[in-house]
Amino acid sequence: MKGSYWKYLSIPLLIYAIVGGLLMTVPRLAIVNETIRGLYYHVPMWFGMVALFLTSTYYAIRHLMTSQPEYDIQSVEMAHTGILYGILGIVTGMIWANYTWGSPWHGDPKQNGAAIALLIYLAYFVLRGSLDNREQRARLSAVYNIFAFAAMIPLIFIIPRMTSSMHPGNGGNPGFNTYDLDSNMRLVFYPAVIGWIILGYWIASLRIRLRLAEEQIKELEYEKNN
Amino acid sequence: MSLRILIWKEIQIELRRKSVISGLLLYLACMTFIYYTTFSSQLAPMTWSALYWVTILFTVVSTTTKSFMGEQKGRDTYYYSLLSPESIITSKILYNFALSAIMASFGFVLFALLLSNPITDGWLFLITILLASHGFSGSFTLLSGISSRAASGSVLMAVLGFPIVIGVLVLAITVTQNCIDGLDRSVSYNELLILIAINLLVSAVSYLLFPYIWRS
Repeated sequence: MKGSYWKYLSIPLLIYAIVGGLLMTVPRLAIVNETIRGLYYHVPMWFGMVALFLTSTYYAIRHLMTSQPEYDIQSVEMAHTGILYGILGIVTGMIWANYTWGSPWHGDPKQNGAAIALLIYLAYFVLRGSLDNREQRARLSAVYNIFAFAAMIPLIFIIPRMTSSMHPGNGGNPGFNTYDLDSNMRLVFYPAVIGWIILGYWIASLRIRLRLAEEQIKELEYEKNN
Repeated sequence: MSLRILIWKEIQIELRRKSVISGLLLYLACMTFIYYTTFSSQLAPMTWSALYWVTILFTVVSTTTKSFMGEQKGRDTYYYSLLSPESIITSKILYNFALSAIMASFGFVLFALLLSNPITDGWLFLITILLASHGFSGSFTLLSGISSRAASGSVLMAVLGFPIVIGVLVLAITVTQNCIDGLDRSVSYNELLILIAINLLVSAVSYLLFPYIWRS
């Protein structure tokens, strides 16, 4: 993303989403009350996480097709940032659930799906840690990345929709879409989603550049010493 | 043709080292006996199905972990020059499927003998066993190929595999619950369809990805 200016778009979008999210009017709903504002911070994390993991899988496929080490680094750093978003999503969700459901962890199908997604990507890093050969590590972890992403689709997109969930918008609970009158919320929600996704890619791209620079330094040192 | 030979080869290797398969059967028997001694009172049906599937999961993980580790050093290279990776992964998935189904059936017999047999719809349960075995073998065969390259193979296998098979496990437990309650079969169609879809998905992805593991 070096030199691309659209990444700066995330700054005004997120300032707007944070200020607007706290100040603009929201519908008054029983139980949920003011915690409905959590939507602006909690839900974009999942959009961001899925986008980052999808990109990570995309680079894993590119790596298998071309065997370029850069794609491996890109894939790993996308997954790293995706995990950060996933953890933030779980934590914000748990804070919200503590006030509306009465306890932080309720065994809700969506919560479980999120936990599984995190377990899968943590396992991905364990796998990387236990392989010594760099080329082998890159290839095997790319295979696992693709396999895990494919296996994750039914786990987080299909099975949670089969069972009733306590999340707003599921199983008779009032949600976002039932209040089409309140397009006010959309005015903040969509910019927040876009802003957080861009910020995620920005973080990941900085980490990728750092890693690539480190690799170059290592190579130069190696050349100097030999 | 080569597929049949490969599966036959797996069976022959298995029969030559009888200690592995008998060890796994004993593992299953010991676990069931531990349940028999620790759960002194009658098991609730919900606990029965959860316990049964978790036991089968652990046994199947130990079964499939060795599907690439059992091979001698150097034999890989021989196969590499001889066979396509696709036929190897297909034969291993089919073989692991058969082995998992045998383990699950044996586990059911043990559970029925030592604990209880709450199943009322036997045929549906048999279908569940077959589909779940396919799901387990489809997910674990590729992963055992990955983890056999790493130093800490069997631990890695569990860490990589468990989050992936949670879906199969949850669906199998739900359908088993329906078998116990004797519900109409149409209630379980949704779960069975998703189970089949997951199986096809993981098998197809394994088939596509295995050549990249095999290359190393």
